[in-house]
Amino acid sequence: MPADGGIGASNKRREDVRFLTGRGRYTDDINARGQAYVYFLRSQVAHGVLKSVDTAAASAMPGVVRIFTGADFEGVGGIPCGWQITDRHGEPMQEPAHPVLAQGKVRHVGDPIAAVVAESLEQARDAAEAIALDIDVLPAVVDMKEALVEGAPKVHDDLTSNLCYDWGFVEENKGAVEEAFAGAHHVTSLELRNNRLVANPMEPRVAIGDYDSAAGDSTLYTTSQNPHVIRLLMGAFVLGIPEHKLRVIAPDVGGGFGTKIFHYAEEAFCTFAAKAIDRPVKWTAQRSESFITDAHGRDHVTKIELALDAEGHFLALRTDTHANMGAYLSTFAPSVPTWLHGTLMAGNYKTPLIYVNVKAVFTNTVPVDAYRGAGRPEATFQLERVIDKAAIEMGIDPIALRRRNFITEFPYATPVAVEYDTGDYEATMSKLEDIADLAGFEKRRAASAKNGKLRGLGVNCYIEACGIAPSNLVGQLGARAGLYESATVRVNATGGLVVMTGSHSHGQGHETSFPQVVADMIGIDPSMVEIVHGDTANTPMGMGTYGSRSLAVGGSAMVRATEKIIAKAKKIAAHLMEAADSDIELKDGQFSVAGTDKSVAWGDVTLAAYVPHNYPLEDIEPGLEETAFYDPANFTYPSGAYSCEVEVDPETGKVTICAFAAADDFGNIVNPMIVDGQVHGGIGQGIGQALLENAVYDDDGQLLNGSFMDYAMPRADDLPSYTVDHSCQTPCTHNPLGVKGCGEAGAIGSPPAVVNAVVDALRRAGHDVTHIDMPLSPNRVWSAMNS
Amino acid sequence: MYAFDIETPSSVEEAAEALKSDEAQALGGGQTLIPTLKQRLASPETLVSLSGIASMKGISEDGGVLTIGGGTTHAEVAAGAGAYPALAALAGGIGDPAVRNRGTIGGSLANNDPSACYPAAALGSGATIVTNQREIAADDFFTDLFETALDEGEIITAVKFPIPQAASYQKFDQPASRFALVGVFVSRNGDGVRVAVTGASEGGVFRWSEAEQALGKEFRTDALMDLKVNPANMIGDIHGTQEYRAHLIGVMTKRAVAAAG
Repeated sequence: MPADGGIGASNKRREDVRFLTGRGRYTDDINARGQAYVYFLRSQVAHGVLKSVDTAAASAMPGVVRIFTGADFEGVGGIPCGWQITDRHGEPMQEPAHPVLAQGKVRHVGDPIAAVVAESLEQARDAAEAIALDIDVLPAVVDMKEALVEGAPKVHDDLTSNLCYDWGFVEENKGAVEEAFAGAHHVTSLELRNNRLVANPMEPRVAIGDYDSAAGDSTLYTTSQNPHVIRLLMGAFVLGIPEHKLRVIAPDVGGGFGTKIFHYAEEAFCTFAAKAIDRPVKWTAQRSESFITDAHGRDHVTKIELALDAEGHFLALRTDTHANMGAYLSTFAPSVPTWLHGTLMAGNYKTPLIYVNVKAVFTNTVPVDAYRGAGRPEATFQLERVIDKAAIEMGIDPIALRRRNFITEFPYATPVAVEYDTGDYEATMSKLEDIADLAGFEKRRAASAKNGKLRGLGVNCYIEACGIAPSNLVGQLGARAGLYESATVRVNATGGLVVMTGSHSHGQGHETSFPQVVADMIGIDPSMVEIVHGDTANTPMGMGTYGSRSLAVGGSAMVRATEKIIAKAKKIAAHLMEAADSDIELKDGQFSVAGTDKSVAWGDVTLAAYVPHNYPLEDIEPGLEETAFYDPANFTYPSGAYSCEVEVDPETGKVTICAFAAADDFGNIVNPMIVDGQVHGGIGQGIGQALLENAVYDDDGQLLNGSFMDYAMPRADDLPSYTVDHSCQTPCTHNPLGVKGCGEAGAIGSPPAVVNAVVDALRRAGHDVTHIDMPLSPNRVWSAMNS
Repeated sequence: MYAFDIETPSSVEEAAEALKSDEAQALGGGQTLIPTLKQRLASPETLVSLSGIASMKGISEDGGVLTIGGGTTHAEVAAGAGAYPALAALAGGIGDPAVRNRGTIGGSLANNDPSACYPAAALGSGATIVTNQREIAADDFFTDLFETALDEGEIITAVKFPIPQAASYQKFDQPASRFALVGVFVSRNGDGVRVAVTGASEGGVFRWSEAEQALGKEFRTDALMDLKVNPANMIGDIHGTQEYRAHLIGVMTKRAVAAAG
């Protein structure tokens, strides 16, 4: 570990002092003077015509300030979608309106119908119970394939059907892929479901709208991963408030996992209502409300086929996926099953021909959008599962089959439109074999067998694409936003720095790792650098934190801004030492003149910048503050190899994870301990998906497990101690830090390892099982053994 | 939750008096009732808290009978029922530490959740439920899902467990709530074997009489080999089908017999 606490040091997370001692400041900790409370009356039916909403009796209830309904939002914009997909016929996707409060119809359980603003939350809730609703209940569409049948009830009457889009990728390859399949030695086919998940961050969503009628300024406090994006979407598309009159503040955020990226109706409502009643309006989601309003994740139904030659070389890959959009298009929903999924279908393998078809479908369920990994876990799961199945069918060792098909030369242009800059898949696989002691598996299996347990081993690879970019490319792909990041580095007179970043932290430890980068460049202690984020009023416009982008993109912006700072500081130092700019060197916080013993300290230079008595005023301005916007040239491509060992109880089907190992290549690493934590958390969520989590709707569109009594989150005793390693490092070639991103890898790489392991355990015990759909509940595993 | 008044009596008599009102409801540890109130699924005018009644707390042993006050928490039973290890272990496996530190044996039995652990212990031990009015044999106490023989306003003041020669409770967790997907309590005494099953049946906790008879003849797992539970009346839900629950009853019973020794 570097002694200076710079890049590569496992500095302890400075933010944990407040998080772990109850001194974090989350949105719900904020109370505005004179605030009123809003309770949303939500639809309890999945689909229906809203014939009337009678608020007369409720309005007269004690404490009621005002009740809003859909009628109050006529002429106000709807919740916008941030990504437009063009279908395989060149047509834009079907994009339905998404009103802030329901107008005309309700389309999922949880759809907000009315909002009661009152002096207290209990009074608002009392009044909401007194609202008389007249809803003509319609049949719900829940199953995606049934939703596409001619004559199925339509979620949106003004659309031609429930099909959002039918996307083909790469459409021009379709014929060649079919030919390759026709001539293949072997074809392995697998149908599977990528289960619907509820993100369940520890902190539920909160929104507080505040309006300063004297200045005409609106402020929204919200639990967001990207306050600038919310300001732009809500200001420009919903409420018509220009950015300079709208401030969005996301203070400490207690987990997001994607579901706090999106712009939600409650945010727009609180901002709108605060102005309407000229009082702050606060909403805090109850947990059961989160289940039916936070965007869900995954929910793909897929058929994947892999064509191989006699030696097991991959010839072609074809996938057919139905992706659930839910009732409305959440902010980035259309991009998840397409550009974040189709582009990853090559995985770590040199499959020459790939065709991906995705049908996105509207149903009477909660909207589905990005959840940790977003599209990439869905791609990885199906690919790594079909490879294991092919290995079984062809009698080839699954690791050998993967190795036989690894991409080995970089840069590598995949047949799905992306170019991997670096990677070394052999290295991570070999590292995995070492750290997981795969050679010792048979001995461990024998020990498990003695205890009456069926042990299995699952191995898989993954590739991730982080820091989606460049902006001009994603614009062509349909993004309605840029995907750069920003940083302002402000050096104070006495040498300390404040870095204002457009990214945000919802648990990633940016306040610790980002200073390491800046401090390392200057050669000062990281404690001299403070991070400011989460407030549009004091950070440059940036796109926020998701897609494992913050260090790769936001960190690169910090590097660029710090480079500007250093360049200017060198000029000042040159002036102070009466030397040429080009002779100035910066090391360990000291500026020196090359080849001499002359030097000035960092603090001398920063003081001169703000007290410019001896200063080149004719050449440069006083002060030391620089901003940079960084737009990457390409995605980054972390990769790795994961293994899981399970024991299955043959009597009950219960799966116990005995061991889990991850060998990741994240390129260069800034804070190894934070990276460990990110991988641990991701694996925990991946194991949660593989064994426990599953949002289940009945045929009427009722969520059957909308609480922790029935929705199983992973707990500490469900998880093993992990073995993680990130010593395989092929630095990214196109960003200044050589970093790739680590936030989602664990959630992407782990589900197939778990399922591969369980299938392996059952097969070794003589059960002819090739697949079990997630979550691998005891009942499902038992049924697989007994069918 | 809706607004309510709260009474905090210090004796059983005061509590019984307070519960005479139609709109009053007893509050034990509140581990079921408080979440229900928060969801506005119940609206009692008055809650009568039993937590301040000293005579309803504590554990004592006398003549092979363990008596546990109705207001004794699961954590207290886990720590203090050493004379009946299977019961102490059961209490220590309920919920999480927060639940165990608040929830009470009387509250759990009065609620008779079909997936709760204590009903299996009471029925599987042949316990006696002592109230402020009478004594009720466990066999007569659990009448249906969330239904018991208790009258309105009747308070469980204690539970008497005859300590068996051998016993074990085996619980297969529902993965989300960690209530019993299936829990089986087996006890062996001079006068026979009891097998009580929770979590599985649409009718709530029940005795598996075929298993009791078989084990009564021979207290070995082999005695259960030919026995199967009919899935017809089992609970089927997203966590387990009827067939799976029926199967698990057999597995958990075998494990309980093996563990009881």
